[in-house]
Amino acid sequence: MPKIKLDIVTAEQVVYSDEVDMVVAPGAEGQLGILPRHAPLLTTLQPGELRIKKGGEETYMAIGGGFLEVLPNKIVILADTAERAEEIDITRAEAAKARAEERLKLSSADLDLERATAALRRSLVRLKVAQRRRRAGHGGPLAGAGP
Amino acid sequence: MANIRIIKRRIRSVQNTAKITKAMEMVAASKMRRAQQRVLAGRPYSEKIQEVLADLAAQYQEAEDEVQPLLQKREAKRIEVIHITPDRGLCGGLNSSMNRRTAAFILEQGVPVSLVTVGRKGRDFVVRYGRDVRAVFTDLGDYPSLIDTLPISRIVIDDYSSGFSDGVYLAYTQFINTMVQRPVVRKLLPIEPAPMERKQRVGYIYEPTSVAVLGNLLPRFVEMQVYHALLESIASEQSARMVAMRSATDNANELIEDLTLTYNKARQEMITKELLDITGGAQALD
Repeated sequence: MPKIKLDIVTAEQVVYSDEVDMVVAPGAEGQLGILPRHAPLLTTLQPGELRIKKGGEETYMAIGGGFLEVLPNKIVILADTAERAEEIDITRAEAAKARAEERLKLSSADLDLERATAALRRSLVRLKVAQRRRRAGHGGPLAGAGP
Repeated sequence: MANIRIIKRRIRSVQNTAKITKAMEMVAASKMRRAQQRVLAGRPYSEKIQEVLADLAAQYQEAEDEVQPLLQKREAKRIEVIHITPDRGLCGGLNSSMNRRTAAFILEQGVPVSLVTVGRKGRDFVVRYGRDVRAVFTDLGDYPSLIDTLPISRIVIDDYSSGFSDGVYLAYTQFINTMVQRPVVRKLLPIEPAPMERKQRVGYIYEPTSVAVLGNLLPRFVEMQVYHALLESIASEQSARMVAMRSATDNANELIEDLTLTYNKARQEMITKELLDITGGAQALD
């Protein structure tokens, strides 16, 4: 089975770099599955869950928006933030969620609605991805991890 | 006698100074290494985003799409400068050369200039000369994250989009190597993407549309450049400090050597004098 190279980079570091079988990303127009030999594509990503299939393993990451570029033999994700399931601090994510909900409820005049909802979405994504890891026990061995 | 004690005290004081500067040198060296690593770690992102931007921008010019405010060129009636300096001194001529570079740039402009200062040294300088300060950022620390720099980019993006400013420049010290840091002023807005040959272009499918992707990408590009400039400034600051502290330590050690020599001479002289006194006294008794 052909594989495709996946690079996930943020402005601060290279988060992931490995050969994978398939990537499912939260595209601007909905979930987007990419297999090797996909046509060149450039899309924005919304905050969401990124699924990486490699061999029998599935890895989950929380992406806080960004861009996805597909080249014939390579996928590049320019992420605003990217965290592996096991890196997510659940208490922090929950606190962020509570804070965002609070801000939306108060909805004062100077509230930046767009930013508050975006913050809420990001925290929800984090929690969802973190829970996946719990159910699966452990995310499995992570090849090519970290910087 | 008194002379000797004074020299001794002086030696001890210089020794203490040398210890401090040595410690500062080592701290700066380790911070510099980390700062350099961070500059390198951000490079893949910045290269990719430039590539994608060039591709998109080539297409943007071809189709006369809806106007992208961050690409729009206007006659400059007011410009903004993001002036990045360290918070602290003791880093050789870094602060003053950066301040001088920005001051020269401001004086070249025929239009009013507003400043966004990052770092205490630059703020003090700008305030002292009564320049128009739009925003002040200090205490971003030695290892700022991208999120810490977003408010800076937000201000200049908003100012440019709203028409407050017609050009934004980024003034920072470029990190060339440990010995050389160069103060530069670079254009940030309007964005001027690198030109791209037609055949180099990949021909992506854009989703949702190329305009939407471009609209999303432009602010990211600005944010990334501001973040990068700050990282380079920090790497420059730490390496300038390291070099300055190293030469301070060297100077102190040289001084200690000189003083020790003087001290030994004075001591010997005193002993000789005492011996003379004793022998003189003994002779007098005979």
